[in-house]
Amino acid sequence: MRHIISLLMDNEAGALSRVAGLFSARAFNIESLTVAPTEDPDVSRMTVVTNGSDAIVEQIMKQLNKLIDVIKVVDLNDTRHIERELMLIKVSTKKAARDEVRCLVDIFRGRIIDVTENTYTVEMTGTCDKLDAFIEALDHDLILEVVRSGVSGISRGDKPIQS
Amino acid sequence: MAKNKEILRGADIFCRALKDEGVKHLFGYPGGAVLHIYDALYKQDAVEHILVRHEQGATHAADGYARATGKPGVVLVTSGPGATNAVTGIATAYLDSIPLVVFTGQVPRAMIGNDAFQEVDSIGITRPCVKHNFLVKDVKDLATTIKKAFYIATSGRPGPVVVDIPKDVTADSCEYEYPKTVVMPSYKPVLKGHPGQIKKAADLILAAKKPMIYSGGGVILGESSKELREFTKLLGYPITNTLMGLGAYKATDKQFVGMLGMHGTYEANMAMHQCDVLIAIGVRFDDRVTGDLEKFCPNAKIIHIDVDPSSIAKNVPVDVPIVGDVKHVLKDLIGLLKADIKNLDKKVIKPWWKQIDEWRAIDCLKFDRTTDVIKPQYVIEKLWELTKGDAYVTSDVGQHQMWAAQFYKFDKPRRWINSGGLGTMGFGIPAAMGVKMAFPDETVACISGEASLVMCIQELSTCLQYNTGIKILSLNNRYMGMVRQWQEFFYDKRYSHSYMEALPDFVKMAESYGHVGMRIEKTSDVEGAIKEALALKDRTVLMDFVTDQTENVYPMIGAGKGHHEMHLSTDIKRELA
Repeated sequence: MRHIISLLMDNEAGALSRVAGLFSARAFNIESLTVAPTEDPDVSRMTVVTNGSDAIVEQIMKQLNKLIDVIKVVDLNDTRHIERELMLIKVSTKKAARDEVRCLVDIFRGRIIDVTENTYTVEMTGTCDKLDAFIEALDHDLILEVVRSGVSGISRGDKPIQS
Repeated sequence: MAKNKEILRGADIFCRALKDEGVKHLFGYPGGAVLHIYDALYKQDAVEHILVRHEQGATHAADGYARATGKPGVVLVTSGPGATNAVTGIATAYLDSIPLVVFTGQVPRAMIGNDAFQEVDSIGITRPCVKHNFLVKDVKDLATTIKKAFYIATSGRPGPVVVDIPKDVTADSCEYEYPKTVVMPSYKPVLKGHPGQIKKAADLILAAKKPMIYSGGGVILGESSKELREFTKLLGYPITNTLMGLGAYKATDKQFVGMLGMHGTYEANMAMHQCDVLIAIGVRFDDRVTGDLEKFCPNAKIIHIDVDPSSIAKNVPVDVPIVGDVKHVLKDLIGLLKADIKNLDKKVIKPWWKQIDEWRAIDCLKFDRTTDVIKPQYVIEKLWELTKGDAYVTSDVGQHQMWAAQFYKFDKPRRWINSGGLGTMGFGIPAAMGVKMAFPDETVACISGEASLVMCIQELSTCLQYNTGIKILSLNNRYMGMVRQWQEFFYDKRYSHSYMEALPDFVKMAESYGHVGMRIEKTSDVEGAIKEALALKDRTVLMDFVTDQTENVYPMIGAGKGHHEMHLSTDIKRELA
């Protein structure tokens, strides 16, 4: 099953490689991984999307918790949560598909953020599913470049995940 | 007005911090990146530096020292090859959760990443085999980092910590103050177990009809042999120890059924297979212990006590997990059990003991005592007798290690020192040296084989320099015995590259290092030789026992087999048939 794991860790050089190294050394799966500092510059927040049986995800959580730099680990699947991913996508409009692409971008509530004679560059946020659906809706030949941020997640409700 | 703090150079801070941490012995080897530190070491006498002959030897010696004393082992090596040579020893300590603090020199900060001379990414290379590691980027962080390193290495589930120090950091100066404590918000090992879980465990324990206690290295690391003994005596239940746990419970006590696992005793493995409540204490359900997981303890409810949550339910699902320091949990558990002990009907487990005694009567460790060709088991049995079971015994890896575990009956913790998890050949001699440094008046024996022996043989020089008189018993069967045994069983006796051709003359070799060498070829000479070696108190003695080439370690659980599916020796199979 797909799990979204959120972790807070000391913002130290090498912290990312400890997490990435743990996943590869223990043959855990990483679908995506994002990391950036939080409101506290000494603390980084990481979101890891992984796949595995309950037993494997339990081990992933425990092994992450064991890393000395890791302050907190939360499996967002355990609570109601929101996930978002940012995608930047460059689409060819050479084949006179400009209107069609614009229309699709509107339907998916994206924004065109750069325009040339031959291309649109589109910004879109949403769940992974939505971004996948947009890519699928486009004529495959039109896609020139896709950049996805990986998933960021946060829990719903009043209670923040804090160090 | 606060007193002005001293201004010290990084190299001096290093020495002072070790002194303030209470470090007495430092195992190391100099090189370019640590020359400032070596210069500072020269000017002080609080910490004794022991010059090894290879960095692997330094880590194993510090490791042996740590296993015997319970204190962290401390190592200093240079950058590049110094660090990479230390990796095997670091990984050895990591797999057995041994507290080590390893300082590696590094090229100056401005050169890092430049492919400088003797540069290697020590932090990157050691990351997967340390509990934690640090690169010290500022001399102001040096003292605190050293404090943190010792704290992390020795607390919770112990393990090795690497501190990488660039050369220019050791030349910089700053105010020195060694912190008394460190606070790390992200690292807080659990001590007390959950009371509700402990109660559940107590109820399950008291209701058992076929109980089994399975305890391991965690009991020794957690200094809780006393509590384990009290717990086991209180209940009257059978107990087995893992390879790493030997000595935590008295091997000569009748409740002890021997080691379990791949080369465990028949009675221990059969009892594991048939027990109804398994009390696992400070163990990690290693594959050499469990055999095939599908067949593991099919009828048992499992209680697992461990300080590391990730050890629990990693390989085997557990009914009552208890995360906590073994000592604290056992104390709490003993308290509860004592209050309820009137509910324990010792008659209930009588049939269980009867069954276990029947298994025991098979005498699965029996070997031929009539031949004049030296049986390796006999050598170890004699060593046990002649040292009254009270020596520190290190080993290398292979058949001799298993025979040592089976035939040297350890009654005390921290006496049996071997590389269980990583299985590092070459561990025995340097580890013995480390133990002897810690306990110069004790008998320290290294049980080895002719293949393992030469993997860190260079440390015989260190033994001479520091006058560490260790007794090396090499069970020389002219084979890599364990490899040969597997090839006999599973590769149709195709002995591919397991034969040790062109062996040196071990007697001359020992002598060339300034030690005593002996070659023993007959069973009748074994006792005399060991006596003679033990009598040479201060000398290192290498005893080269020419043993039976084809002897195998029994019992044995093959790959994919359960505890009840052991290979027994042909003699025993014949008797049983």
